[in-house]
Amino acid sequence: MSVLLEVRNLEAFYGRTKALHGVSFSMMAGGITTILGANGAGKTTTLRAISRMVRTAGAILFEGQSLEQRATEDVVRLGIAHAPEGRGTFVHLTVEENLTLGAWGRRDRGGRAEDFERVFGYFPVLRARRRQVAGTLSGGEQQMLSVARALMLRPRLLLLDEPSLGLAPMVVREIFRILRTVNRDAGVTILLVEQNAALALDLADHVFLLETGRVVMEGPSEKLKSDDAIRRAYLGY
Amino acid sequence: MDIFIQQVVSGLATGGIYASVALALVMIYQATDVVNFGQGSMAMFATYICWAMLNAGVPYWGAFAATLAIAFVGGVVVERVVIRPVENAPILSVVIVTLGLLVIFTSIAGWIWTYVQKPFPSPFPSKPLKAGNIVLGAHDVGQIGVTLIVLLCIYLFFRFTPLGLAMRAAAHNPVSSRLVGIRVGRMLALGWGLASVFGAVAGMMVAPILTLEPNMMGGVQLYAFAAATLGGFSSPGGAVLGGFIVGVVENLVGTYVSFIGTELKLTVALAMIIAVLLVKPSGLFGTTVVKRV
Repeated sequence: MSVLLEVRNLEAFYGRTKALHGVSFSMMAGGITTILGANGAGKTTTLRAISRMVRTAGAILFEGQSLEQRATEDVVRLGIAHAPEGRGTFVHLTVEENLTLGAWGRRDRGGRAEDFERVFGYFPVLRARRRQVAGTLSGGEQQMLSVARALMLRPRLLLLDEPSLGLAPMVVREIFRILRTVNRDAGVTILLVEQNAALALDLADHVFLLETGRVVMEGPSEKLKSDDAIRRAYLGY
Repeated sequence: MDIFIQQVVSGLATGGIYASVALALVMIYQATDVVNFGQGSMAMFATYICWAMLNAGVPYWGAFAATLAIAFVGGVVVERVVIRPVENAPILSVVIVTLGLLVIFTSIAGWIWTYVQKPFPSPFPSKPLKAGNIVLGAHDVGQIGVTLIVLLCIYLFFRFTPLGLAMRAAAHNPVSSRLVGIRVGRMLALGWGLASVFGAVAGMMVAPILTLEPNMMGGVQLYAFAAATLGGFSSPGGAVLGGFIVGVVENLVGTYVSFIGTELKLTVALAMIIAVLLVKPSGLFGTTVVKRV
C-alpha cells in the first residue's frame, strides 16, 4: 500500500484565529480513515484545508504533489471530491443537474452515462427524483445526493464531512453501508469526519483523534475501540 | 376601437424595447446574482461604438457584429476590474458600484460624443406595415423579432448547455461550485460579457427610435426594471412578457387617463414596480425556492 495523502505540520487560520496547531498524519491508498473529536477540535477545518478553502501553513501532499499553492477548483481536478458540511446542495437545480455538475472537474468527460447508472444503483431514490429540484428533497436524500455528486467525479480521495448529521438512524446506516461498498468496489479512499464515533469506528480502519487543533491519538480503529478513555469519551459506555 | 388597438400595438412596440433591456438585466442576475444598474448605460456606450464605426464607413452588419464582440470584451473587463474587488462585499456595495457604472459610462459618452442627439440607422425597411387602420413600423416588428430571438438563445443556453448550467450553479452557490471544480470567477466574467452583448443588441435596436444620446437608456432602464420585476428576475421569458405588459399598460394609461398624459407616464413604471413587490415579490414567473431541511 502506498501513501495517498500526507499532511505535515498543518496549521490553519480563520482571520487571525488559529484553528489547527501543527496537525500531521498520512493516509494509505484504499483505506477508510476517520477523524474524531469534539466540536471545535478542527475536524472540518482539516478537510477544508485539504480542499484549499482556508488559509494554511505546513505541507499537504497528495500522491507526492503539494496542494498548498492550488485553488480549490484545481484540487478537485486531481481527483479529490469533498462532500462538505451542510451538504452543499445546489438547491435551485434538479437532482440530475446536481450530478452533472459533480462530474465537471473530471479530466475525461466520457462515461458519464455509466456514472449516472452507478450512483443510481447506489441510491435508487435519486433515480426516482432525478427531475426534482434538489431543494425539495428530504435531509437524508440531500445527503445521498451530496455523496452521489462527489462520486460523479470518480474521485480517488473522498472527503466526507459529517454525513450522519441530522438524519434518522436508518438512513445513516444505509449511507454508511453504501460508503463501505464504494470503498471496496470502486477503490475510493475515504477520509471521514464524524460525530457519531461508534459508526465511524465501525466503518474506518484507521482513526485520528483531534483535540483543539492537534492530533492527540491515532491508530487502527480496532485498537482505539478497545481503549478505555476513547470508549468513555466518545462511545459513552 | 381602432384607437385602442393602435395603442396596444404601439405599446407592444415600446414593450419590445423594455423587454430587450430587461433580458440583459435578467441575464446578469442569473449568471452572477447581481442587479446591474449600469446595464442601460453600458448598452448606450456600445451603441455609440457602433455609431462611430458606421460613421467611419463600416457596413451595418459588420459594425453590428464588431460591436457585439467589443461589448463582450467590455463586459468581461468591467467584471474583472470593477466588480471583482467587491465580489465578497455586502450587496449594497455592489449596488453602489453598478450605480457608479451608470454615471461613469454616461459621462464618458457625453465627454467623447457630446450630448447632441444623433440619428441612428435601422437595419429594417422604413416602410410601415399596415393592417386596415392599424399601423406598425417595420423597425418595431424587426426589433420585437430580435428580442424574441435573443430570448430563445438565452433559454437554450441556460437550459441545455453544460456551460449554462455551470453559470447558474456559480451564481447561486459559489462555494459548492468550486468544490465540483467550476472556475467561478471565469463564469461571473462570462456572465457579464454575455449580458453586455445582449444589452448592446438592445441599445442598437432602441437607438433608431429614441435617437442616440448619452441619457438615451435612462427612462428605458427604469421600464426594464419594471418589466423584470413584473416577470420575475429569475425568468427570462417572464421578463420579456413583463416588458410587453409594461409597454402596453404605459401606452393605454397615457391615452385614456387624461391627467397622466405623457408627463406622468414614467410614474406608471414605478407604480408597477411597487405594486408587484407588494403583491408577488418574486414576479409573475419568478421562482421562490422552497427549501426543506
